[in-house]
Amino acid sequence: MIAFLIKRMANAAFVMLAVALLAFVIFRFFGDPVEMMVNEQATQADRAELRERLGLNDGFATQYARFVTNAVQGDFGISYRNQQDVMVLIKDRFPATFELVLVATVISLVVGIPLGVITAVHRRSRLAQALQLGSIVGVSLPSFVVGILLILGFSVSLGWLPAFGRGETVQIGWWSTGLLTPSGRAALVLPAVSLSTFQITLVMRLVRAEMLETLRSDYIKFARARGVPAARVQWRHALRNCLMPVITLTGMQIGNLIAFALVTETVFQWPGMGMLFIQAVTFVDIPVMAAYLLLVSLIFVVLNTVVDITYAWVDPRLRDDSARSGGAHG
Amino acid sequence: MSDIVLDIRNLRVEFPTRKGVLTAVDDISLQIRRGEILGMVGESGAGKSMTGMAILGLLEPPGRIAAGSIHLSGDRIDGLDDRALQAIRGRRIGAVFQDPLTSLNPLFRVGDQLVETIRLHTGLSRSRARARAKDLMHEVGIPAVEERIDSYPHQFSGGMRQRIVIALALCAEPELIVADEPTTALDVSIQAQITALLRRLCRERGTAVLLVTHDMGVIAETADRVAVMYAGRLAELGPVDEIVRRPNHPYTSGLMGSIPSLRKDVDELQMIPGSMPRLDAIPPGCAFNPRCTHAGPRCRRETPRIDSPGAACWLALEGEVA
Ligand SMILES: Nc1ncnc2c1ncn2[C@@H]1O[C@H](COP(=O)(O)OP(=O)(O)O)[C@@H](O)[C@H]1O
Ligand code: SF4
Ligand SMILES: [Mg+2]
Repeated sequence: MIAFLIKRMANAAFVMLAVALLAFVIFRFFGDPVEMMVNEQATQADRAELRERLGLNDGFATQYARFVTNAVQGDFGISYRNQQDVMVLIKDRFPATFELVLVATVISLVVGIPLGVITAVHRRSRLAQALQLGSIVGVSLPSFVVGILLILGFSVSLGWLPAFGRGETVQIGWWSTGLLTPSGRAALVLPAVSLSTFQITLVMRLVRAEMLETLRSDYIKFARARGVPAARVQWRHALRNCLMPVITLTGMQIGNLIAFALVTETVFQWPGMGMLFIQAVTFVDIPVMAAYLLLVSLIFVVLNTVVDITYAWVDPRLRDDSARSGGAHG
Repeated sequence: MSDIVLDIRNLRVEFPTRKGVLTAVDDISLQIRRGEILGMVGESGAGKSMTGMAILGLLEPPGRIAAGSIHLSGDRIDGLDDRALQAIRGRRIGAVFQDPLTSLNPLFRVGDQLVETIRLHTGLSRSRARARAKDLMHEVGIPAVEERIDSYPHQFSGGMRQRIVIALALCAEPELIVADEPTTALDVSIQAQITALLRRLCRERGTAVLLVTHDMGVIAETADRVAVMYAGRLAELGPVDEIVRRPNHPYTSGLMGSIPSLRKDVDELQMIPGSMPRLDAIPPGCAFNPRCTHAGPRCRRETPRIDSPGAACWLALEGEVA
């Protein structure tokens, strides 16, 4: 297990270094950082001095190493647009996106898994077929359409929930959370539901397919032959065997959700990283873009590693490498 | 009261399909007594598993029991609802399936699967159920029970896994064990150990056993009586030693030819040419007639049937096939 963990960590670190290289190349060679930073009146001497101070005359490897060292310490330089520390901007926006994605993920699992089990177990019933049909709609509706429909329904017509912003937030250290205030939670509902619709249908369809497969397996038939009640067979013995792909999907999709959040954040005026990134693109704010790229990649890599480790936790067969050889005797 | 544990009468299992109704088990009757092993033998597709599943109430829809009755120690158990069947499966009837590699849930420790089954049927406390699980593991011959009880199925060999499966079947001291090809997936060297274990348990506990297999050799070594199945029908039924020594059905004679150690006792050593008909192509009369060297006109007209020991063959029943 320890060797497995070390291997996974080393993999993750390697991937991050590669992404950092890409981010660095973008940062260093897409436009001249000096030109971006100085104003028109700066003299040639000013520019040369700045170039020297930024270390842009050093060798490529030195500069890359410095970029990585700084990034690890959370130093991504100064935003070209508003001269603020990039990390401060990100810290400001990250909690909003994180909470949105987290809540959307929880919704997708809490709703999607039971729906998947029910549609698999009662696959011939009307309800299951209606849900299956509905899920096709859910998969094909673009999330901004869902968002706009939700706003029209629950905000404009019914007036139950706010349509934009984060509501009141509470500051915990540098983290600003909307989860602790009623208005913050209310503001979270529509964007999170909108972001999760696609995800719910994905989870539901995956669980359904896996359940149908698992319910046919010998150990399910044998569990029934042992006299295990049907509900326990379905929700304990079968579902547990379906969770692996759900974990993978969820892990992979959180990355996608952060990307999708871009759209949702725009529709709901949600002050998250997606909005920050869109502004950065508009103003060719390279340091912010590089930081966003690195951060999103970091999240992807961390999730992948966590998924792998969770695998080993859910499935004992992956836990010890001796498993396969151990099966031959004993 | 008699000591008949399983009493099957005129059982018929059907599968409605788009092309018509297929009869997988066609009018079979048999009994098993306390402490007796009935071997059920026949080629793949003969309807052996369907018979076992019908007894367990585990036929997959649209498969269903279309006629006949199944009694367990006098109680009728066919046609019960799922709730009532849950109180029978695992409690009064234990099951052992073919492949021990796939019979156990890979994600649960074997001890937990044993404790679950024990508690479902006995209401013992967790710790007492665990103690009983250990006893059972010990009884089926698993060494170092203390260490092994918390292992996962993949950490056991095939033979050991089948022992666990048998322990699971024994959790509630069932009256009957339905063992569907319990040794087919195992190495030859392990097969004998597993059949010996089944035999010992049957003798010691007085459990009735339905031992399903396509291997006449296993039957000859393990069973007390044998039921030979062909195309969903009972071809021959009787004590193992008699049938092995002097089979009355031409199909049984052919099966004997497939046991190397028994070949010297049989005249026709070659395997039976041809193959068993598919369910949608069973010929009229005796299902075996296209392959039978003795077949006569009557064999193609009328179906020979038995509901007690004997051979479902006109030659054996009437002495002639005209
Ligand atoms: N779902 C089904 N629909 C139609 N026929 C089936 C179905 N399941 C099994 N059968 C048929 O039932 C017959 C008996 O099968 P089975 O009892 O499994 O044979 P075996 O003696 O090898 O255990 C086979 O011919 C098989 O094709
Ligand atoms: S009834 Fe006729 S065809 Fe069938 S086994 Fe006997 S002799 Fe052969
Ligand atoms: Mg079978």
